[in-house]
Amino acid sequence: MYDSGKIIPGLIIFVLLITFPIWYNHGDAGEVPKTEMPKYNRLCVLPLEEIRPNHMKMLNQWRDEVLRDEDRSFIAVEGKMYQKSLQNTCMECHVSKKKFCDECHTYAAVTPYCWDCHLAPVE
Amino acid sequence: MDKQRREFLKIAGISTLAGLGAPAVVDRLVSGTTPLTAAASAEKGSSGHGAMETPAGHGQEAVPTGKQYGMVIDVRKFIAQRGLAEECIRACNQVHNIPQFPDRKDEIKWIWLTGYENAFPDNSHHHLNEEMERNQVLVLCNHCANPPCVRACPTKATFKDKHGVVAMDYHRCIGCRFCMAACPYGSRSFNWLDPRDPKGGLDVKNINRLFPTRMRGVVEKCNFCVERLGRGEQPACVAAASRSQGMFFGDLNDPNSEIRQVLKQNYTVQRKPSLGTKPSVFYII
Amino acid sequence: MFEKALKGNNNYWIWLGFLATFMAIGALCYIRQYMYGLGLTGMSRDVSWGLYISNFTFLVGVAAGGVMLVLPYYVHNYKVFGRITILGEFLAISAIIMCLLFIVADLGQPTRMLNVVFHPTPNSMLFYDMIVLNGYLFLNILCGWVILTAERKQIHPPKWIYFFVYLSIPFAISIHTVTAMLYCGLPGRHFWLSAIIAPRFLASAFAAGPALIVLVSLILKRVAHFDAGREATDKMVTIILYAALINAFFVMLEFFVGYYSQIPGHMHTLQYLFFGLEHHGHVYNNLVPFMWGFVVLTLTGYTLMAIPQTRRNDFWLAIGSASMFIGLWLDKGIGFVLAGFLPTPLEEIVEYYPTLNEIMITIAVWCTGFFILTVLYKIAVGVEHEVEA
Repeated sequence: MYDSGKIIPGLIIFVLLITFPIWYNHGDAGEVPKTEMPKYNRLCVLPLEEIRPNHMKMLNQWRDEVLRDEDRSFIAVEGKMYQKSLQNTCMECHVSKKKFCDECHTYAAVTPYCWDCHLAPVE
Repeated sequence: MDKQRREFLKIAGISTLAGLGAPAVVDRLVSGTTPLTAAASAEKGSSGHGAMETPAGHGQEAVPTGKQYGMVIDVRKFIAQRGLAEECIRACNQVHNIPQFPDRKDEIKWIWLTGYENAFPDNSHHHLNEEMERNQVLVLCNHCANPPCVRACPTKATFKDKHGVVAMDYHRCIGCRFCMAACPYGSRSFNWLDPRDPKGGLDVKNINRLFPTRMRGVVEKCNFCVERLGRGEQPACVAAASRSQGMFFGDLNDPNSEIRQVLKQNYTVQRKPSLGTKPSVFYII
Repeated sequence: MFEKALKGNNNYWIWLGFLATFMAIGALCYIRQYMYGLGLTGMSRDVSWGLYISNFTFLVGVAAGGVMLVLPYYVHNYKVFGRITILGEFLAISAIIMCLLFIVADLGQPTRMLNVVFHPTPNSMLFYDMIVLNGYLFLNILCGWVILTAERKQIHPPKWIYFFVYLSIPFAISIHTVTAMLYCGLPGRHFWLSAIIAPRFLASAFAAGPALIVLVSLILKRVAHFDAGREATDKMVTIILYAALINAFFVMLEFFVGYYSQIPGHMHTLQYLFFGLEHHGHVYNNLVPFMWGFVVLTLTGYTLMAIPQTRRNDFWLAIGSASMFIGLWLDKGIGFVLAGFLPTPLEEIVEYYPTLNEIMITIAVWCTGFFILTVLYKIAVGVEHEVEA
């Protein structure tokens, strides 16, 4: 191979660089945040095993229905009616953005832009 | 997801064809976005040559179907009662969390006061009655039945909803400001700054907590209070003016609505009707 | 072929370093704008497009201007343009890249840019602009590269490439037509609402693009021993002269329609641009010097290029093509877009003052374009020299 003296060290440096986050953290994924249920209302619009992985999809769907299709119908959960709203429904129970949003989002390194417009509960 | 992709492929395919020089396709797609004109042209098409010969074929449109919310502003009431217009503006600013930046350059306005000649440049002349010359009129988004801004938007971030409201989806807006250039009424504002900017923006601790703010880099405008209509309430400005009956709100396409009665009984004008945008805001001068 | 761009004399590197310095400054300014928002620019609710979009509009024309070399050579088999057609194609590439950079710099939410693709909206002219601009960029990269490679190997280019070469001709026309349609289809903006905008855009483009190529080829003659040839230069000058004349004719037609009809909307913006517009006792005339600059510079350029004695003199020809290019830039790259917003839909006059940050970003985009242009021309000239050697 021509120029193997340059190519091989170059490749090694490249691999080291792109794997930087792994070896910098010693292959440790960090401490998984401890999840906690809201205190005074244990009922959610979806069961736990659905809402946890899929809440972002549901919020997008709510957004499109309310905003684009003018479908503001309510969600019924065990006889109680809920508005399709992040700010006015979800955060009524999940009273802390820090606790219920940021902890996991920070761990997963995602920064959804919800709070650029929507108002988080006062803590 | 899958449906979206299919739809994307469909539209992309058609538009490539159109891009290669089939103006007819473009024309159909364009008219397809505005149900009103689509219905009109379909009718013209079906009646063939006959449409050209009957007097109704020229300038007459098919009766619009579906809802079209509209508004009548009785300027006389606002002249009679000082401070009423300001009250309406304040109500709107408050429910929608509209920042009041001091610098004109950063300004955001949904509903505001302007001179008669500014609002109705086509109707202005040198011999205006004194009352009109001195007083100002409220202007806001006209929620046109044939809105140029909706035509211009490249992402459908602004669209005509099923109640005839020209709505904005702030999640989708890319901030190209094509709609601002397209609007002949200057009804649109851009968030040059973060609306919560510490210098002159909103105080997050002291705003309507039931309604969001906007974010930097998107266009915004009057939404005819869709969130209040959804709850069965009147728009905030209409509610603020209700004591003096300064504004009327309702479905323009419903012959039995209150607004239609008001329109029947009063001579009204629209802003720049010659542009063919079909504004849904009417003024009793 | 990229290796050709990596070998050059001191002047080459100094020039690239000079451009890179401004690119770096502009990048920092853009980061500032990205973090803080478009509030850092001078644009407002009333004049909602500024330097970015006005320069974008002009550069679409420069890109389309390249077709004035492609068309005679490939369609009319005008052999004299053989050496310089590649200059037209490479100019188109760098101009389109500048256009795309200007668009991105202008977006309020640049990270959502792809929404134009995810939510395709065929009734928006911006949707078509995206298609034709990217299409034209792709076509020019493809055609330029394949033909230059063939030339280097001293073989005929493959037959299939001619399909794309011919396709690039309607694309060149369409990029500027669609860009004109961004403006001329908007109700309530009377200055833009004119069916003559697209042809006027094309006319000024077919003058501005070739004027830049003439200028650059004169520079290449001095610094890179690349001679476009007298006959080719003369023919380009003829194209520029006709195109500039047609452009001037169109501008005068706009004046006639405005001032003879006396319809305020059609008259006010021209009044504002060329003479200043009085409004509530104040005369607004910020753009007047720019517009008279346009008149004087294009006339100077026209004269210098039309008179045989000055045309045959490289120095005067360079001055002539430069003033033609700058003059046309003042018209379309400054006046046309900025003045179209005035008077505002509410009959007010609000003047626009670009900020330093905005100006630095604009300069940086131009420098990026010239950087790419320099590198591409270095490659093209390198290949020519290699073939000749």
